[in-house]
Amino acid sequence: MSRTPRAELIITNLSRRSFLMGLGAGSLVLAVGLPVLGRAGEEQRKYAGEGMPHGLRDDPGIFVAIAADGTVTIICHRSEMGQGVRTSLPMVVADELEADWSRVKVMQAPGNEPLFGNQDTDGSRSMRHHFMSMRRVGAAARRMLEEAAAAQWNVPVAEVEAVDHEVLHQPGSRRLGYGELASAAAALPVPARESVKLKDPAKFRYIGRGEVGLVDNLDITTGKAQFGIDTRLDGMLYAVVARPPVYGGKLESYDDAETLKVPGVLKVLTLAAAPVPSEFNPLGGVAVIASNTWAAIRGRDALKIAWDDGPNASYSSDTYRATLEAAARQPGKVVRNVGDADAALSTAAKRVEAEYYIPHQAHVSMEPPAAVARIADGRCEVWAGVQAPQTTREKVAKHLGLPFENVTVNVTLLGGGFGRKSKPDFAIEAALLSRAMGGRAVKLTFTREDDLANGYLNTVAVQRLEAGLDANGMPVAWLHRSVAPTITALFGPDPRHEAPFELGMGFVDTPFAVPNIRLENPEATAHTRVGWFRSVFNVPHAFAIQSFVGELAAAAGRDPKDYLLDLIGPARRIDPNSLPDNWNYGEDPAIYQVDAGRLRRVVETVAEAAGWGRSLPKGRGLGIAAHRSFVTYTAVVVEVEVSDAGEISVPRVDIAVDCGPQINPERIRSQMEGAVIQGVSLATVSAATFKDGRVEQRNFDGYRVTRIDKAPREIHVHPVPAENYDQPLGGVGEPGLPPVAPALCNAVFAATGKRIRALPIGDQLLA
Amino acid sequence: MVTLQINGRTHEADVPDDMPLLWVLRDVIGLTGTKFGCGMALCGACTVHLDGTAVRACVTLVSSAAGRAITTIEGLSPDGTHPVQVAWRDLNVAQCGYCQTGQIMQAASLLGQTPDPTDADIDAAMSGNLCRCGTYTRIRAAIKRAAAAMGGAS
Repeated sequence: MSRTPRAELIITNLSRRSFLMGLGAGSLVLAVGLPVLGRAGEEQRKYAGEGMPHGLRDDPGIFVAIAADGTVTIICHRSEMGQGVRTSLPMVVADELEADWSRVKVMQAPGNEPLFGNQDTDGSRSMRHHFMSMRRVGAAARRMLEEAAAAQWNVPVAEVEAVDHEVLHQPGSRRLGYGELASAAAALPVPARESVKLKDPAKFRYIGRGEVGLVDNLDITTGKAQFGIDTRLDGMLYAVVARPPVYGGKLESYDDAETLKVPGVLKVLTLAAAPVPSEFNPLGGVAVIASNTWAAIRGRDALKIAWDDGPNASYSSDTYRATLEAAARQPGKVVRNVGDADAALSTAAKRVEAEYYIPHQAHVSMEPPAAVARIADGRCEVWAGVQAPQTTREKVAKHLGLPFENVTVNVTLLGGGFGRKSKPDFAIEAALLSRAMGGRAVKLTFTREDDLANGYLNTVAVQRLEAGLDANGMPVAWLHRSVAPTITALFGPDPRHEAPFELGMGFVDTPFAVPNIRLENPEATAHTRVGWFRSVFNVPHAFAIQSFVGELAAAAGRDPKDYLLDLIGPARRIDPNSLPDNWNYGEDPAIYQVDAGRLRRVVETVAEAAGWGRSLPKGRGLGIAAHRSFVTYTAVVVEVEVSDAGEISVPRVDIAVDCGPQINPERIRSQMEGAVIQGVSLATVSAATFKDGRVEQRNFDGYRVTRIDKAPREIHVHPVPAENYDQPLGGVGEPGLPPVAPALCNAVFAATGKRIRALPIGDQLLA
Repeated sequence: MVTLQINGRTHEADVPDDMPLLWVLRDVIGLTGTKFGCGMALCGACTVHLDGTAVRACVTLVSSAAGRAITTIEGLSPDGTHPVQVAWRDLNVAQCGYCQTGQIMQAASLLGQTPDPTDADIDAAMSGNLCRCGTYTRIRAAIKRAAAAMGGAS
């Protein structure tokens, strides 16, 4: 399989826009995916990156440009939201390319999956799915430079070697810089994928070393970094929207007389309500357009609005919790059944049961959702920090009635994402408002109040567990009911069960060695927009399961770490296909099993590193928890201190992570640190609650997140090394989070004897 | 019309007296390094210096900033080499980076007043600055590193 020569490898002195447009024009038809290895008459199921919409691309002409001065420009097609992808993916390309990192520039791709392959930056997938394709991009470009040099010197290509931004011919002591070779290299055919020779990992310059600083470090520390909310265009107007405070509500009437008196307010207009389920569509409401954001906010404050709250007007967290608890106390849809849990329970030496409650969580990214849109000559251009730029582009096109090709989505830095910015409602609003203003540029900003009132919260859940223990205190029966409204309620007609991708997040795939297991999923109805939040359903599942393990250990009078290891059982690989409804994170079950041995190893690693079992002063305790999510294994030991007054602090957290090969260890550490702090936050203070259909928390005074004074004073990250780079990669962005809250609550139990069964801890420990 | 001294330059802005400095900086003058996060002085993303001391621009009326030296992240140093900025880069503190300009301005103000801060000093000065990504342990380390570089730490 050979490919056509590509002129795009060389681009000099072009603006960002023309660069990307130029790339886009010629590259579409040549983009190819991996061959489908289907059996005759049967479509082969695709996994990993190839199983995602638009798959993977590995063509250097799409991702790499080398200028005559040797500057290498590498495209990052995934969204940067703090996970470091703009550093890590280009670093992989640069390494295979033998490029000098100091001469590399990173350019952000606009939304264009037909060209770049999948761009959904979620699910902890960027490095996991794109590591090999980015290696091939760099290796193919390196080969083309070597071929160009060999041709120029008229020597066999086997005699030349690319090293550190130049190609060397050892026998002749000749060398040519990448800039000198770029033009000739670009005219060569891209080598067939099968012929691309990847580097020997022993020669990696950047991969696995963690010595590359963030590409955006200078911009971030000097205020030059451009987030979506920072976009400024000539003649730009500023907008905020008053949206229905209750999901499914509609505008009844409004009076804008006072609004129009506010200096700077230019126009008030209405946006149509979205029918429920609202998918990613804006909720409608009243928009205020002004000459600056503050005037728009003041103008909105002056609106008098009557809402028809609709069917969710009675949604209140207190009563809904009781509804979920009632459901959890009745049999529900059986999603996994091994042996006979009822029979084993009835004959068990001891029975333990517990119910856990995990409230909605809000993303509250520090940059609230914001977007700028402009329409001219039948084309719409959007600037926004979005995790799904392709979806954004498709939805904007649909809402404006424009062809997909006529919409451009420029991806800015995201000031935090955590799943919120996978939903492009705010970008669609900006586009609709631009259209309403005759195409003028409009910046739409969510205030913090909007972010909390009209978000896509993590699910709320009751988890009920019951175990029958044998004479040694080990479970012979395990009954777990998970009750939580599903994300699919955004899209479908009132689904009431967790979807496979939710069940498979730490519920049906829990690898415990228990002979009789029944997992049930009773019905739950969504009354707000439930969406993806970092780690998603792993948060409630892991909290309940790992807390319950602590309870069982106490009931058995055993050390919690030893008990957890015994419950995981012997090292073994469990075929994901043997677990019903197991999504397996979209990964091939032949490559990614549920590996009890790896789960054991992170437990053993973190226990040793944290000094498990060390003696602690009164009021302090250690807690442990482990979890597999996003095909990565993490285990956490939290040390808490609870004062006599019941004030909790976290002196130290240790976290072990086995994510397979560690491509950028520095960012793996930072992601684990961040997940630990977010986990402490949701364990101790964060919750979104409803009353009369409305979110009760309006800003950071109500929706609390952990601040520096309450953050763990020390976080120690312990990466478990992989054998080699051929091992499958796991996710990094999300897996650190799920075990933190249960480890923390297990530590509280160790310190105080008090068992936390509802999050957040809040004032539950106060004397 | 209000006259402002921002990063050593004079700016004239035709804005109402009660407009928060944040929106004058971002929407009128175009200095977007100062961030919007809450509008109620709850998160610190909008931290700037007034006469060298950290304030929240989202609740600072523009009229009260007139005649005083306003420093934003863009003016903290001419070339990004303030020791706090350098320490932030050395330790790769940032994740998404959105809150970090406010964190840096708050940290620079702290070190201006307390050259060798204790952990308690850092807690007291920095707990008004939220970071949702969870960079607090590195922020603490970077402040100590900057303090050492500035000669404050023993």
